[in-house]
Amino acid sequence: MIELQGLTKRYGDKLAVDGLTCTVRPGIVTGFLGPNGAGKSTTMRMMLDLDSPTAGTVLIDGRHYRQLKDPLKVVGALLDAKAMHGGRSAYNHLLCLAQSNGIPRARVAEVLDTVGLTAVAKKRSKGFSLGMGQRLGIAGALLGDPQILMFDEPVNGLDPEGIHWIRNLMKNLATQGRTVFVSSHLMSEMALTADHLVVIGQGHLLADTSMAEFIAQNSRSYVRLRSPEHERLLDVLSGAGFTAVTTGDGAVEVDGPEAARLGELAARHQLVLHELSPQRASLEEAFMRLTAESVEYHAHSAPVTGEPSGPPGAKGGWGADWQKKGS
Amino acid sequence: MMSVPTQVLQSEWTKIKSVRSTVWTLGLALVVTVALGALISALTKSQFDKLSMKEKITFDPTFTSFAGMGLGQLAMIVFGVLVVANEYSTGMIRTSLAAVPQRATFLFSKITIAALLALAVSMVTSFLSFFLGQAMLGEHKASISDPGVLRAVVGGGLYMTLISVFAMGVATMLRSPMLSLGILMPFFFLISNILGAVPATKKVAQYFPDQAGRKVMQVITGVGDDESPYGPWGGFTIMVLWVVAALLGGYAVLKERDA
Repeated sequence: MIELQGLTKRYGDKLAVDGLTCTVRPGIVTGFLGPNGAGKSTTMRMMLDLDSPTAGTVLIDGRHYRQLKDPLKVVGALLDAKAMHGGRSAYNHLLCLAQSNGIPRARVAEVLDTVGLTAVAKKRSKGFSLGMGQRLGIAGALLGDPQILMFDEPVNGLDPEGIHWIRNLMKNLATQGRTVFVSSHLMSEMALTADHLVVIGQGHLLADTSMAEFIAQNSRSYVRLRSPEHERLLDVLSGAGFTAVTTGDGAVEVDGPEAARLGELAARHQLVLHELSPQRASLEEAFMRLTAESVEYHAHSAPVTGEPSGPPGAKGGWGADWQKKGS
Repeated sequence: MMSVPTQVLQSEWTKIKSVRSTVWTLGLALVVTVALGALISALTKSQFDKLSMKEKITFDPTFTSFAGMGLGQLAMIVFGVLVVANEYSTGMIRTSLAAVPQRATFLFSKITIAALLALAVSMVTSFLSFFLGQAMLGEHKASISDPGVLRAVVGGGLYMTLISVFAMGVATMLRSPMLSLGILMPFFFLISNILGAVPATKKVAQYFPDQAGRKVMQVITGVGDDESPYGPWGGFTIMVLWVVAALLGGYAVLKERDA
């Protein structure tokens, strides 16, 4: 368990992290979400006692990080993939970490195998791709078989197979009862892995809630209907007590009910429907609404509302745009 | 079960021997010092008759065989700087400090291992330089059993070690390999020597770490205009104080600043 108590970091006049208080619990994946520059990495560095807080404390199972004997056996962290000497082989990189914490040498080969780097163990890490570097960093985090794991933007630079691998790894680690704390600036990524969310913007805590609750509160689910008999559809819906909204493109949106009920309603009134589709507003939109005021670097040309597409996979899957361009 | 410092020493030993820069910096220090010392000893022998009477009387065969150290020490400085500053330039420092959060344990384990390795290479370098240099000097040579000679040869090894440890301390303060080398290399290769040669600045320059430390490598001292207020071990102590100051400065920076 990790407890942050009023954690604050000030650089000159700028508050990078402002009185952050939250608890990261074991057995679940806790997503640490915020736009770029929100203070996620600074917070994580303070959790590892790399940066000292201006105020507040971090407690790891009730103790300060610096008080831990053999900290790698308590906390494993991936901060950035390139936090290693490129001239050292993957094996030696892990060996020197293992030795510093009294971890047996045999464990090095084990974690290399876990992350799939056994074949390149003797190669110097400067020749590694970003994805391989990321895997080596993860091997370092797993080295001491710690109960607490922290990953800073672990999917950055990974290919789809690697992303899939790390999602499963994090879920498995949490299932084993470990504390898993993972930062990201992508809501869609968190929606797939995290059970609990801590959202920050400009160093402030914006939300500390379970994923299910966040979805319930922030994602509007509605049903989209389209009918050649538009006026009659509206009459039928209001007759049944539903509030319908006509959108710009002639469709009708109804908040709340299940699509099946609306379909049955239309059938009873012998109403032709051209579309009956359940929709869910994207969590990305909800996240952007939440952090809109605190985003440090706005791209002024692009409106913050974004395009009203569903979550990844809802419309032709991710990459649909790319495929269109490519064909 | 091993104590934390033993574990960290072992870890630092793995670190230092698993990068190539260790081999080429220390190898270069040895080769340059020994080869240049032998060359200058051979040249001195061939030119010995042309030396003035005063130069002949104050001729120090031991110190002559160490003539390569002025250049060889630069490789020791590069070794000292890279051992520490590469942690910062590669980002490894964050991984290292997450594994060993006790700053003093981390820094002084690293410096102990690097200093011991530098000491071993420096002693070999110093003895090789001496024996090869004396062989080149022929009839003008000194013997290791002559008064003060063994002290000077051991002193040569200690001098090269301390120069590298001083560089480690400075690199811990400055963190950047380029900045550290950019200050240390010109200082020890040019500035210190120039200031030591100019009468107006000589009084100050004799307290610089290299000039004070070099005293311990000399057998014939206190002759002519060479009147320093300290003896061989006095000069060595001044150098040790510089090294201690650099290490304490480095520790203070490491402890206070964010990684």
